[in-house]
Amino acid sequence: MTRAPGNPGTPGRAPQAPARTRGSRRARAGAARWVVPMAPALFLLLAFFAGPILWTVWASFTNEALTGAQAADTEFVGLDNFEQLAGDRRFRTAAVLTALFLLGSILGQTVLGLALALLLRHRHGAVRGAVGTVVVGAWVVPEVVAGFVWYAFLEREGTLNALLGSVGVGAQNWLFTAPLLAVVLANVWKGTAFSMMTYGAGLSEVPGDLEEAARVDGASGLQVLWYVVLPLLRRTIATTLLLITLQTVQVFTLIYVMTAGGPGSRSTTLPLLMYREALSLGDLGYGTAIALALLVIAGLFSVVYVRMLSKEEQA
Amino acid sequence: MKGTGPHTTRLTAAAALTLALAATGCGGGAADRDENTVRIAYQKFGTFIAMDSLMRKVKEEFEADNPGVTVELQAIEAPAEDYQTQVNLMNGSASQAPDLIYQDSFTINQDADAGYLMPLDEYFDAWEDADEFSVQEAQAVTSLDGQRYGVMLGTDVRGLWYNTELLEQAGVGTPWEPATWDEVLDAARAVQAEFGDEVTPLNVYSGTPAGEAASLQGFQMLLSGTGDALFDDDSQKWITGGRGFTDSLGFVRTVFDEGLGLDVQDALDTNVGTVNNEERFPSGELAISLDGSWVTQSWIPGANRPWDGWEEVMEFTPMPTRDGQGAGATSMSGGWALSMGGQATNPELAWEVMTYALSRENAIKFAIEGGQIPVRADVAEDPAFLNEAPMAEEFAALVDITGFRPAYSEYPRVSIAVQEAMEAVMLGEATPEEAADLYAQEVEGIVGPDNVTGGS
Repeated sequence: MTRAPGNPGTPGRAPQAPARTRGSRRARAGAARWVVPMAPALFLLLAFFAGPILWTVWASFTNEALTGAQAADTEFVGLDNFEQLAGDRRFRTAAVLTALFLLGSILGQTVLGLALALLLRHRHGAVRGAVGTVVVGAWVVPEVVAGFVWYAFLEREGTLNALLGSVGVGAQNWLFTAPLLAVVLANVWKGTAFSMMTYGAGLSEVPGDLEEAARVDGASGLQVLWYVVLPLLRRTIATTLLLITLQTVQVFTLIYVMTAGGPGSRSTTLPLLMYREALSLGDLGYGTAIALALLVIAGLFSVVYVRMLSKEEQA
Repeated sequence: MKGTGPHTTRLTAAAALTLALAATGCGGGAADRDENTVRIAYQKFGTFIAMDSLMRKVKEEFEADNPGVTVELQAIEAPAEDYQTQVNLMNGSASQAPDLIYQDSFTINQDADAGYLMPLDEYFDAWEDADEFSVQEAQAVTSLDGQRYGVMLGTDVRGLWYNTELLEQAGVGTPWEPATWDEVLDAARAVQAEFGDEVTPLNVYSGTPAGEAASLQGFQMLLSGTGDALFDDDSQKWITGGRGFTDSLGFVRTVFDEGLGLDVQDALDTNVGTVNNEERFPSGELAISLDGSWVTQSWIPGANRPWDGWEEVMEFTPMPTRDGQGAGATSMSGGWALSMGGQATNPELAWEVMTYALSRENAIKFAIEGGQIPVRADVAEDPAFLNEAPMAEEFAALVDITGFRPAYSEYPRVSIAVQEAMEAVMLGEATPEEAADLYAQEVEGIVGPDNVTGGS
């Protein structure tokens, strides 16, 4: 990570100096040598990634709709969508639910992932392989499948109720009585593997002699963890938190399959609200405005994490 | 490496260009659509397989009669709301747009406004069968601009289906003819007292997962019995704050509060209609259901799960008005049409396929299998229909008093606001009064404050 970023197509060449002295022709040839091979990738990226994002930004300032007169005759409406957003109680509820979903997921994934990574640290290869396979299995499963698995586990006639019933606890539909908790659990189950793997990788970088030294000085296991291991892991933790946050704010499929945002709007997070406004109600303009709001929220989190990282760097 | 440099560059450039061309090709316009292919989009969901059966027949016969022509069937397996979203998305792209669309009549205004539909007056007026279609049919498929945008396949009425055996055991006399809402609730209470948790006394569709069924079979069947309406035809404004609105929500609350209805979580299941008619009624777990005339399609031979002998058990009775006022009973009607896509590749051919699907013979088949009330006079009188169609007489009696949705462009969104008001009440999140207030705010947001009027 310490290498200076250079042009990917010209390894081993110092790009700045010759370009200035030998005229622009060589520079152009040099540029062509990396622009042309990159063109297909760049084209795909622009067409299928940047394009839709720009369209979303544009659409959020219009009254674009899926059908009706506004679909035939779309108008620029300025900030109307965002004004509506500010006064929309559904948006506020969904923002709060998204925050709860985010906090629950991050807390669960971090604690579980870190605990698993620590427990697996000095274990036998077979143990690590077995546990790793089980945990990563959850991560590999597509979101739709994960959603159905949890639906089958939590619904009224599901596995959980069968287990609880055998110890005499009454059955209930967990997706109905505790929808947000249910989707948080499912998301933690699915996402823990990611945290576990990044923390595992981070832990392997922690020098063993530091821990040994601490132990010799009489530190307990917890103290070693708190004062030696975690501080060394801080960069990994910040990066992982950033990635988990970005993955979690946009979770749609899992929630849609399990509860579809219901009952009422008790598990309608921002992505589900966006779907409802844009596709169920056909108001694409307002839906894309919600999407932008979601982007802003995710961006704010990213800024916080990145600043955490850069502070670390300066210290 | 030096020698191959420019060569590779040129090759890569060529590859990039090809890729770019290929990509533009994917998004290409209707120009590259085959003139001899007619693409039909229709819904196939739950108990509703009549359209699929009709379309397969049309494809097979039309292709045999017209060599070189392909009828491309796109059966979309989704609830009505998702089906409409999917069709709208298809309509948004010239290369994906269907030529013929199976379309709920209440979305015609909206889609015509969007330019997704083709006006059919010219074709329809020249059609020899045009005279067979009723005046109501013409109203349902004519948009506000006065143009016809579809031809209806059939219409329907709504009322109370009940299980005679369960009602008799509960001490309710049959034939059951309730005259007021209270008599409906009393019968449900009698069933509850007799069977407890084993039988659901009364199903009223409610909440957003049930979709338009909640709004039309549920709410508007109640509202139309109060003398109030969603839309005031005289002032051309949407009505909020009416007493009938609150009363209708009050009925919903009574059903769920007293445990007369399905468990709230069962009622809030997208498949509630399918489960009611394929499982709960045949197994004797449901006594009364406010539903459409077409539910027989889930019991007749050829259904997913035919119910042998349903005729002996199931009866239909009209839904009474609140206090028995007006005609004493009420009904609402909808119905689906075939319409032509605004970007149809070959309108003449598409129209030919359409009239083939709407022919007398096919209309009889669809009316019987789909539990429809025919819109063609010759079909309604046809002995083949009258002998086969269940309950044709009972339904025909309701045609005179039945009401229609205010199917304006805003209606589909207003309808969702109705479903949300019902859901808030059934979940106990709001009283009927509070839910009516929220509805009023929501409608004002949808249609604008100038298009709303206070109710009675």
